[in-house]
Amino acid sequence: MNAVANYNFAYLDEQTKRMIRRAILKAVAIPGYQVPFSSREMPMPYGWGTGGVQVTASIMGPDDVLKVIDQGADDTTNAVSIRAFFAKVAEVKTTTHTAEATIIQTRHRIPERKLEAGQILVYQVPIPEPLRFLEPRETETRKMHALEEYGLMHVKLYEDIARHGRIATTYAYPVKVEGRYVMDPSPTPKFDNPKMHRSEALQLFGAGREHRIYAVPPHTDVVSLDFEDHPFEIQQFEKPCALCGAEGVYLDEVILDDRGGHMHVCSDTDHCEERREAGLMGVMGTKEAAE
Amino acid sequence: MLSHDFGAGFTEPVRDAQSCFRAVLDALAHPGKAQKLLASGQRLEPLQAQLASIMLTLSDHDTPIWLSPALLEGDVSGFVGFHTGAPIVGDPARANFAFVALGDPWPKLAECNLGTDEYPDRSTTIVAEVPALTGGPKMMLAGPGIAGTQEFTPAGLPEDFSLQWSENRALFPRGVDLLLIADDQVIGLPRSSRIVEG
Ligand SMILES: [Zn+2]
Repeated sequence: MNAVANYNFAYLDEQTKRMIRRAILKAVAIPGYQVPFSSREMPMPYGWGTGGVQVTASIMGPDDVLKVIDQGADDTTNAVSIRAFFAKVAEVKTTTHTAEATIIQTRHRIPERKLEAGQILVYQVPIPEPLRFLEPRETETRKMHALEEYGLMHVKLYEDIARHGRIATTYAYPVKVEGRYVMDPSPTPKFDNPKMHRSEALQLFGAGREHRIYAVPPHTDVVSLDFEDHPFEIQQFEKPCALCGAEGVYLDEVILDDRGGHMHVCSDTDHCEERREAGLMGVMGTKEAAE
Repeated sequence: MLSHDFGAGFTEPVRDAQSCFRAVLDALAHPGKAQKLLASGQRLEPLQAQLASIMLTLSDHDTPIWLSPALLEGDVSGFVGFHTGAPIVGDPARANFAFVALGDPWPKLAECNLGTDEYPDRSTTIVAEVPALTGGPKMMLAGPGIAGTQEFTPAGLPEDFSLQWSENRALFPRGVDLLLIADDQVIGLPRSSRIVEG
């Protein structure tokens, strides 16, 4: 990361920020529509969420408090690096607590704690175009969005039902925003889709490699595509979190040994820790298991 | 001295532009709700500090701008050229931003750039000074960014504003977005907002 040695506030130069800021404002005015922008090289590889990083860098000010999560966890290499990057180039305060953050940059999860007015959730998006796997040509997908031609998307979901007896898509499950644009919620589990609906927080999406920014303003309808005879359903977990006992949260499977032992724990590490600090405990949530 | 001739830009350009941007972002994400807009730098008649802040924050050589008659006079074009490099255009249909000074006539919304079906983002944002953000005819707003409805009562809008806005809304996702400024506050009205009453 030599390029960081001599940097601007939040790394990006002012002209780049202006261009990204203009794109963000259009995205907010047209919920779910993908605004093209000229993505910049960032001192990290594309897979690391350069789109989200550029959005965060363009909105962030000296009073912000930043949280970064990767698959729900604050402590993965990716999340730690991005947090350290902004602490260095913007001297911004960072946190792992959802409630304390003004900006939360995320890869693949929405925090379990209900987001509040004034918070901004920034998603790192690898493939922003929900129609891409149906139609590889950008000119065609633009036309489809312009004409609200979403029939193919429904056909694809219905093929799922014909083949599997249900809609098999569990990640990046397409949503319709404010009754107009079909949008990719980024590869979050469909478990998180209902959290996007009428959230009090502003949701911004940045795709670096694909040069797209899109947004969902607060209090905006976000509805998962479905069929009358096959309504949208989120994943259900049979047991609560083994560490904190939480129900109705998204769980990851953790392998305990090579004899098939495993447990299910909160994917949102901050949520799990806060519950355990409050004295809540699951079946494996002994002091030793936590350590 | 150039800075005297053209008026000062921001006192602290990086910090001030970020602060102004967040106010505008909050304004468009919460239509109809006034947001505090800090302005820095000298004001240069007839260009008020808050209008100048938004101009400095968002426009540059990539964004042609339209100026209302009072702004076309005096040194404002010098300020624009020196601080932003934005080309000034006479036709609002070619402008990314249309800046309207207090009391000046607005361009008709439909005469601005409304974007295209495939690129509705390629449209004009109108930034207009009004005498006050409250106390005018009462309208109620609904749409993204609003829980239920939101009161909207700015003074000094064009007389047929409600009609022009409903025509603008009918073009969605095409259409213009609007920022209203009075004193040290800004209100946003994105194209997604509907006037449901008034
Ligand atoms: Zn847990």
